[in-house]
Amino acid sequence: MRLDLRIPMGMMFTLVGMILTAFGLSTRGSTIYAASLGINANFWWGLVLLVFGVTMLLLGRRGQKRLANLPPEPVDESRSRLGH
Amino acid sequence: MLNLTAVDWLIMLLYFVFVLGIGFALKRSMKTSKDFFQAGRALPAWICGLAFISANLGAQEVIGMGASGAKYGLETAHFYGIGAIPAMIFVGIFMMPFYYGSKARSVPEFLRMRFDEKTRALNACSFAVMTVFSSGISMYAMARLIQALHVFDGLFYSLGWPQQGIFTFSIVLSAIIVLAYIFLGGLTSAIYNEVLQFFLIIAGFLPLVLLGLRNIGGWGGLKASLPVAYMHEWKGVAHASTNPMGIEIIGLGMGLGFVLGSGYWCTDFLVIQTAMASKNMESARRVPLIAAVPKIFFPFLVILPGLLAIGLPTPHTTTVEHNINGMIVRDTNVVPQNVEEGRGLVPAKINPVTGKPMFMANGQPLLDYDMATPNMLLHFFPTGILGLGLTALLASFMSGMAGNVTAFNTVFTYDLYQSYIHKGGSDKHYMAVGRWATVGGILLSIATAYAAINFNNIMDTLQLVFSFVNAPLFATFLLGMFWKRATGHGAFAGLIAGTAAAMLHHGLTLPIEANPGIHGGWLTVVHYYPSDMAQNFWGAIFAFSANFIVTVVVSLGTKARPESELVGLVHSLTPKPPRAHDVWWKSPEALAVAVLVMAIGLNIFFY
Repeated sequence: MRLDLRIPMGMMFTLVGMILTAFGLSTRGSTIYAASLGINANFWWGLVLLVFGVTMLLLGRRGQKRLANLPPEPVDESRSRLGH
Repeated sequence: MLNLTAVDWLIMLLYFVFVLGIGFALKRSMKTSKDFFQAGRALPAWICGLAFISANLGAQEVIGMGASGAKYGLETAHFYGIGAIPAMIFVGIFMMPFYYGSKARSVPEFLRMRFDEKTRALNACSFAVMTVFSSGISMYAMARLIQALHVFDGLFYSLGWPQQGIFTFSIVLSAIIVLAYIFLGGLTSAIYNEVLQFFLIIAGFLPLVLLGLRNIGGWGGLKASLPVAYMHEWKGVAHASTNPMGIEIIGLGMGLGFVLGSGYWCTDFLVIQTAMASKNMESARRVPLIAAVPKIFFPFLVILPGLLAIGLPTPHTTTVEHNINGMIVRDTNVVPQNVEEGRGLVPAKINPVTGKPMFMANGQPLLDYDMATPNMLLHFFPTGILGLGLTALLASFMSGMAGNVTAFNTVFTYDLYQSYIHKGGSDKHYMAVGRWATVGGILLSIATAYAAINFNNIMDTLQLVFSFVNAPLFATFLLGMFWKRATGHGAFAGLIAGTAAAMLHHGLTLPIEANPGIHGGWLTVVHYYPSDMAQNFWGAIFAFSANFIVTVVVSLGTKARPESELVGLVHSLTPKPPRAHDVWWKSPEALAVAVLVMAIGLNIFFY
């Protein structure tokens, strides 16, 4: 499989993090935060997800490079072909 | 009342784009049936490990564990401490060498190699039925939730469609999305999405638990707001009358720990398939152990919201008088009757088809425990992060459904279609059959989703199905892998006896608060259990014992297979798996010890 999962995953969390952070910033002091005990849950949790997403993205890009440089997987492919 | 804004919809939409995107991205690499059904056996251990628990992180985990937390308290953590963790260690260390090493493509296929054709056929059929049940329950839970949260109410109103159609509409919609990404990318797509869902569920539920705990005054505040028995996992477990689940230590340890937990985690192809998709034996053995690490911490994420929901004060209709510039304004916050009759944030239950409240045998309103976790989301999340929380919920339903559907299409194609209906077809043909089996499996799930309406706790429903099918199964694998004398006739007779014992037990016993019928007692009631959970655990014990005894007796009376045929399938006849050249602390055994120590720590913490 030549797709490192961390790339789409990192992309998704980066985007969700950006949306939440931006929305949190634009709704500072809004009454919607009465539900979350006065904490700007969007901003802070968005920040956490943003950091997580970017980390995944960086790790994924490193992994994808390694995948691309790797020779074709040697696994038990040859043996199962013999069986056919 | 739910007020979703554009941000919430945007986050939900983003998630669906990525889910389908992964399916499309993987479509190109689906060249052979091995790619489609087994993910090419080429995935890294950490991905398979997270998918291993995520496949199970469906409705029964997120909604069901919250529901059980609200109903039975911290005792629910036994599903982790003695149910899941030891079983996951066992399957990784002792059973995976046979599953992976035998090159079987599915669990029923392993049974054919070890025993015979009829044992496999029986297991394949019962398993297919069970996966359909499980994914049907996932769908039901999702539709219930969408209905309860009024997600589509506005849409239906503007189109002039009847509001009763929302239930059906939600089921069809979720079915189409899961169908699309499995149809495109097979098991790889399902596994990748399960990992994505795993992280999404943490992202959605961790802030919920943090906010809930903060509101109730931390761990101490939670303890103060609940009866003592609710906050202990082990205390009171010695006697059925002193714990909320109404089960004593033997029923719990044997029923959950030894039979149901092991039966599920060690033999259910739904989870085993993810381990079998990994790239080599070392990875395959490490998969359940890697999965066990986050699993240890899951009670905090999924049980705690249920406990918090019961512990928080029940909302009541309130009128607040404001004095605005000399004008008196009365602001009335109307709480629906079923919410006021509930406990904490858990409302009384309403039948989703008839719209009427439901009652227990003693006339008390039936509490809708399944709403514990979703109501927590609504209570604490402002718009924005609410979208994330709802997406996490939807993701959990989809991962539960997807795991079942990929297990179903593999078992149907390899173990039923290729074996009995159409032998010797081309690889391309079987891949097409697999794709269409996906469609068929989802259609059958839709039908079973409607059967789930009569239960007030999804977890109990699932445990019931498992006690019929899975509990006797573990005895078959245990004897098959560790006793070379076990024969095919023995295994087959044992499985039949086990399932029959489970059904008989269910027909003769009844939980104390239920009416005879689908909850049990449909033959005649000879014994009452304090709860349906206790009934399930004991049913599992009976099923396991019946299978074990019948398998041993029949095996001893029939001819054993020559030992040379059982190499690689039975423990005593298989050489030890070759050790990789890794350092000792990277070995599966070392990982297993670390997981075990952590699990014991968790049990002490919840004592």
